[in-house]
Amino acid sequence: MSNVLIVVEAQPDGSLRKATLNALTAGQQLASKTGGELHAVVLAKDAAALANTVKEYGVKVVHAGSAPHLAQFTADVVAPAVAELATAIKAGYVGAAATQAGRDVMPRIAARLKAAMASEILGVVGASSADLQFTRPMWAGAVIATVKLSTAIKCFTARTTEFAPAEKSGAGEVKAFAPAAPAKALQKIVSFKEVKSARPALTEARVVVAGGRGTKGDFKDINALADELGAAVGASRAVCDAGWQPNDLQVGQTGKVVAPQLYIAAGISGAIQHIAGMKGSKTIVAINKDGEAPIFQIADYGLVADLFKVLPELQAAIKAAK
Amino acid sequence: MPIKILVTAKRVEDYESKIKVNAQGNGIVLEGLKYKINPFDEIGVEEALRLVAKHGGGEVVVASVGTKDVHEQLRHALAMGATRAIWVNHAGPLDQMTVAGCLQKLIEKEKPDLAILGKQAIDDDQNQVGQYLAEWLGWSQATFASKEESLESEAEKSKTPALQLSADAKTLTVIREVDGGLETLECSMPCVVTTDLRLNQPRYASLPGIMKAKSKPIEEHTPATLGVDATPKITVTKMEHPPARKAGIKVPDVATLMDKLKNEAKVI
Amino acid sequence: MNFALTDDLKALQDTARKFAKEVMRPKAAHFDETEQFPREIIQQAWELGLMNMTIPQAHGGIELSHLAQAVIAEELAWGCSGMATSMIANDLALLPIVLSGTKEQKEKFLKPFTEKFLLASFGLTEPGAGSDVAGMRCTARREGDFYVLNGQKQWITNGEYADQYTIFCTTDSTKRHKGIMCLVVQGRPRGFTVGKHEHKMGQRASNTVTLTFEDVKVPVENRIGQEGEGFIVAMNTLDNSRPLTAMFAVGNARAAMEHAIDYSKQRQQFGKPIAEFQGVQFMIADMASEIHAARLLTYESAWRLDAGERNTLVSSYAKRFAADMAMKATTDAVQIFGGYGYSREYPVEKLMRDAKLIQIYEGTSQVQRLVIARELLKGS
Repeated sequence: MSNVLIVVEAQPDGSLRKATLNALTAGQQLASKTGGELHAVVLAKDAAALANTVKEYGVKVVHAGSAPHLAQFTADVVAPAVAELATAIKAGYVGAAATQAGRDVMPRIAARLKAAMASEILGVVGASSADLQFTRPMWAGAVIATVKLSTAIKCFTARTTEFAPAEKSGAGEVKAFAPAAPAKALQKIVSFKEVKSARPALTEARVVVAGGRGTKGDFKDINALADELGAAVGASRAVCDAGWQPNDLQVGQTGKVVAPQLYIAAGISGAIQHIAGMKGSKTIVAINKDGEAPIFQIADYGLVADLFKVLPELQAAIKAAK
Repeated sequence: MPIKILVTAKRVEDYESKIKVNAQGNGIVLEGLKYKINPFDEIGVEEALRLVAKHGGGEVVVASVGTKDVHEQLRHALAMGATRAIWVNHAGPLDQMTVAGCLQKLIEKEKPDLAILGKQAIDDDQNQVGQYLAEWLGWSQATFASKEESLESEAEKSKTPALQLSADAKTLTVIREVDGGLETLECSMPCVVTTDLRLNQPRYASLPGIMKAKSKPIEEHTPATLGVDATPKITVTKMEHPPARKAGIKVPDVATLMDKLKNEAKVI
Repeated sequence: MNFALTDDLKALQDTARKFAKEVMRPKAAHFDETEQFPREIIQQAWELGLMNMTIPQAHGGIELSHLAQAVIAEELAWGCSGMATSMIANDLALLPIVLSGTKEQKEKFLKPFTEKFLLASFGLTEPGAGSDVAGMRCTARREGDFYVLNGQKQWITNGEYADQYTIFCTTDSTKRHKGIMCLVVQGRPRGFTVGKHEHKMGQRASNTVTLTFEDVKVPVENRIGQEGEGFIVAMNTLDNSRPLTAMFAVGNARAAMEHAIDYSKQRQQFGKPIAEFQGVQFMIADMASEIHAARLLTYESAWRLDAGERNTLVSSYAKRFAADMAMKATTDAVQIFGGYGYSREYPVEKLMRDAKLIQIYEGTSQVQRLVIARELLKGS
């Protein structure tokens, strides 16, 4: 029997980051296989409110760690607080969502626990604690590896597209605790420049419209179509490298991994790194002038055409269909 | 003030290589593969060279763990301009904890001001070593280092370092790619930085650089001489390819596309 | 015997390959179309040490082996053979000084190229003297400490932008090849004019002009070798540079083959990729085996130079075989692309146009055959 501890993340405004719900599902799967309890930990200056939100999602105990030094979610303070708690509750597994924050803090927590870690897990295989293993992508998703961790405590980050968000199912218990402040502060966040958008977040959107080099940096038609569809806007690496769009919009192995219901790729050739970030989408539409572009090999519907001509047409058609 | 920086040069399959799982399903087919320095590590080498140039000299020490084949990647970093190299000689499986352990011991010996690593290696895509290293050293950590200027900007063309070291060399300011935007993080030195894609565009190894690299020293260690247990704690038990996504159909026009999206895929 | 490239050669190849792929190739179509001079790209190549590879270390150069130069030449030509021609033009122009210059001349005419981005042109061919070098009409008359140069040089690579020229001329045209001499002309002395850029069929990124000399005074100390030794200097230079030209053909053909392979796997006809048709497969198989053969032949010709052997015969084999091979491979690549291959939207027609020049410059395929036959039939 191993307890499972999931690290909860907050949005900049203090509300729950949805990716945590996907991580809770991964935690739930582990808990049911090992027969342990699912715990979660919220760390903040005042963790009570967020802990009360999280307790609704099938969690046995939410640990609300409140302390002034936790006002910022930085790895140097998060790691000791989580590690201390994990030891106290005899956690066998400690995990988080594979967000930038999760990817940052989780290995430091693992290091503190002398635990091995599997990053970006896609699934949990094996029936019981003894033979539990994780599946995870390697080589930009070209290979799915099954990995076995052989330390007493095991850590992971879960790829959000592979675990459905946890649903509300009865209230767990909230336990407050006060993590000790480290002797000296190592780092502090001095500013945060948010990429503001009225559109849905890329990783959470039902529809994504993405543009590539073929846009030559002109995203007017992409944005207009996205707004018509209530979609998020994405971009290929070439577009972000050129500074045409903010880095935050990059879809791909090294950017965001998305799996919307509909992914429209316009002027994107379909380099392997890009495909790794969107091939989980339910339906893929590719629009490209070059009929030989590799994107067509994975697209459900391909349209060989000039994006500047067909995107406005598509936008008009969608408007008419409403 | 001169600065000493430790960087890494993992040997990985070229990102353009087609990776195929072997018949036994326990590894990949090695035939025909080309190897390169991990691209994120190369960005780290570049940033270190820029910092040293800006701060009036110093040293860039490059380390790699693996068989003698990693000399090729060490030489590449030396040809870019790194001062000297350290090779931790190890054959067989290697996990993140062993690599972080070796780097920890090397850093305790070398005492650099800063370590710059790739955020992840493009073979196992784990994204762990920098964070383990920071924790075990008790250093600050700045993962996913980036910058606001694009790779086409003047700052990039003039090879300005993105990492900002304070005048008293006690604080490093790093712009990080975080969820929803860019964060500016102030780290007390010494610090472990891991690089994201857009931190810089690494220079080429010039021909004179390649010639000079031949005479730069490569110091040898092993995990055992460093006192690191190299028993893997992470084992890959199986490898397979993800199910292939099949190519769909080409549609002639927007009207057909709309029809398919509405009536076949039912996503609109 | 060993056919593997050493680690050092692989490292050099890596840099050249990366540069060709990331810097040259993305701009190849643009400079082909506009016929502009890709100065920034060539300067970048200089910064990386991909130019002036023959300059001795004693004079600040990197003095690469001929084999290393050949390995690099293949990659540069893979990126764009027009640009590669402009880059290697420096080595061609500096080679006479490397091979036959005095220590002082090397210091004066070679070292600046290692310190600063400079261009040099090699001037041998004339409007009336192509393959027949000994028929040249550009004359030099001695007047005290100067030679007075009169005549024309044609098809001069980089001529419009060069800072230094290596010019072959005759002190007595009746002496045919025994009257030839080599002079270094610096800058733009009085009486020296540069003609308009030639509109060429291929390799359009490389600048090609006519040079005219009207009573141009050149100091006697700028003479490389003695009067009458110019022909030998020119032939030795071409023996040294022939492997590089042969490698241009290999790089060019390899680019065509790679495009053909990619395209044939994607292009569907009669319900399957055209790569599955034997007719296409045979063309690709021919390209691959002939590219490989040309590369090995060229490696051998470079290796002989490195071993200090005379390589005239093998380097003519290499240049002849590689240039004709590239013409065939690029023509077949266009064939595999079909109608698309004939369109400028696709890259293979440029490769075909570029390949044609390799059969012509630095000794036509016919002259190479003459050289080969002469070498084989001479003596008893």
